[in-house]
Amino acid sequence: MHDDVIISVRDLKTQFADQVVHEHLDLDIHAGEVLAIVGGSGTGKSVLLRTILGLNPPVAGSIEIFGKLRSQMTPEDAHAVERRWGVLFQDGALFSSLTVTQNIQVPLKEHLKLPVQLMNEIAALKIALVGLPAEAGPKYPSELSGGMRKRAGLARALALDPEIVFLDEPTAGLDPIGASAFDELIKNLQATLGLTVFMVTHDLDSLYAICDRIAVLADKRVIVTGPISEMLKQEQPWIKEYFHGPRGRAAMAAKSTPPRS
Amino acid sequence: MTREGEADAWLEAVQDATTLVLKAKGDWIVAHADSADKALQQVDVRGRRSVIFDLAGIGKLDTTGAWLLHRAQRLFQGQGASATYIGANAAQATLLDAVTKGDRPTAHHPPPGHPIMVIVERMGRTLEDIGMTLRDATAFFGLVLETLGKTILNPRRLRLTSTVYHMEQAGLDAVPIVSLISFLIGAVLAFQGAQQLRKFGGEVFTVNLVAISFLREVGILLTAIMVAGRSGSAFAAQIGSMKVREEIDAMRTLGLDPAEVLVLPRVIALIVMMPLLGFIAAFMGLSGGGLVVLLNLGMSPEMYIQRLYDALDFWDVFTGVIKAPVFGLLIAVIGCFEGMKVEGSAESVGQRTTASVVEGIFTVIVVDAFFSILFIQLGV
Repeated sequence: MHDDVIISVRDLKTQFADQVVHEHLDLDIHAGEVLAIVGGSGTGKSVLLRTILGLNPPVAGSIEIFGKLRSQMTPEDAHAVERRWGVLFQDGALFSSLTVTQNIQVPLKEHLKLPVQLMNEIAALKIALVGLPAEAGPKYPSELSGGMRKRAGLARALALDPEIVFLDEPTAGLDPIGASAFDELIKNLQATLGLTVFMVTHDLDSLYAICDRIAVLADKRVIVTGPISEMLKQEQPWIKEYFHGPRGRAAMAAKSTPPRS
Repeated sequence: MTREGEADAWLEAVQDATTLVLKAKGDWIVAHADSADKALQQVDVRGRRSVIFDLAGIGKLDTTGAWLLHRAQRLFQGQGASATYIGANAAQATLLDAVTKGDRPTAHHPPPGHPIMVIVERMGRTLEDIGMTLRDATAFFGLVLETLGKTILNPRRLRLTSTVYHMEQAGLDAVPIVSLISFLIGAVLAFQGAQQLRKFGGEVFTVNLVAISFLREVGILLTAIMVAGRSGSAFAAQIGSMKVREEIDAMRTLGLDPAEVLVLPRVIALIVMMPLLGFIAAFMGLSGGGLVVLLNLGMSPEMYIQRLYDALDFWDVFTGVIKAPVFGLLIAVIGCFEGMKVEGSAESVGQRTTASVVEGIFTVIVVDAFFSILFIQLGV
């Protein structure tokens, strides 16, 4: 089912000054999957995300997005690609001088020409889809809580109904109920929209709940990818510690216990 | 607008006496929202008992497409026809369901009232704002003076490194621009003055004109305006962006007093540096004036200096020196005050930075007027 590669990273090398972050990194993202990137702090998870997004030019290697090499893209190609993805940054990265509704309409206005009434309806719908109250629409980001800003950021990322969304630690900083609701939301959106999800996360519950595949970043490259069942069999010390540590066991237990009705 | 290889969105209508079947074709996605919207608006359901949306022939469907269908369904039901979907696959049905759940009244800002009322309301708010700003600024000024007093009693609390850093930033680094501008203005003043005084045969008094105006007013005002633009704004922006990133709150929780750590070093730096900059401005202004006098009136440098001695008395020199630290204090306090007033957004930082410059220059000129009256009353 997942044989359709939409983003492929080959032999990637990124570097800041003389600090090498990635070397010989390979990674594929398949259409319709939820792929999680895990790794210790400072292994360059966010850098990888930013590199794929083109915010951070790689030193060497190739990144192929929707069948086109990033290095050979014209500005028009890049613009077309930007329409097909949505990005949720860690703290939402909403434009602070615009209301939530206006934030969601930014990509709509930039890429399409739609009647104002319809744009307002689309914004209201996205606000509802990400589980925000309708009153959040006319508010400014500074008037929202951290969790609400994240949801508003997701609403903006989904404005153009993208094929793939990039999430940078979507559940970090949310309370457990909010985090589960966010997982549920992503799962639902993925089911209804056929969305591909690329997320950087530390949340073991998210990994168990919604991820189809996990890629582990260590030693400057992706050392292993596979579903969670495969991760549990790994002998590599960091992976073992990660999935079999106290938190890993708790998340596993939560998953294997059927929910009480 | 359309992407390669993708059809637009349209409707095909099949009808009998009571039922209208609308076959949705093409890709009902946000990129085609405009044409889908238009297609739905052309549908006329008057006199129909039921409308059926046939989704079997649809290509892609996304939330916007689903929303348009849902909105049409709601509209048709409002017009008395039953409206249903057929032929939706599982994913499309879930999507339509999700969209239906997301349909709820939108929140809007309350509509503005009568234009005259809006103007009156804005005037009232602005007046209130000015009053509040004056009150808060006075309170802040008091706080700064209190902190200054405490630091004088206990000088070890002074952040010396920070103070010296701001002296360099606000003082030393401003020397080239202050010098250049003062030199040019001095030259212009002398040139224009000489032109006018020539009519009365009093060209020699050009020296008096340049010397007295520069030392009493122009030199220090120019410096204050430039420092307000350079450093007052910088203070507001620095403290403002720290406020946005909650650094000020972090400082408070760590037991650090922002007034002591951030405000006082900047205030002291400007109090110390303003007289020095004012002195440089006066010197450069007199040099600029002197150059013009030399070239234009054919006066020798010795004669120019002699005339300066004759023209100036002690108070001409010292009125400027007395004003300088006061201006420095005001500019620094206003810059820091505006910085502390920033809240939330990047836009707020911009507004406050602008306000710091405008208020700084305004205050300096008002206070300068008061000084003039004071000096005249004192006869100095």
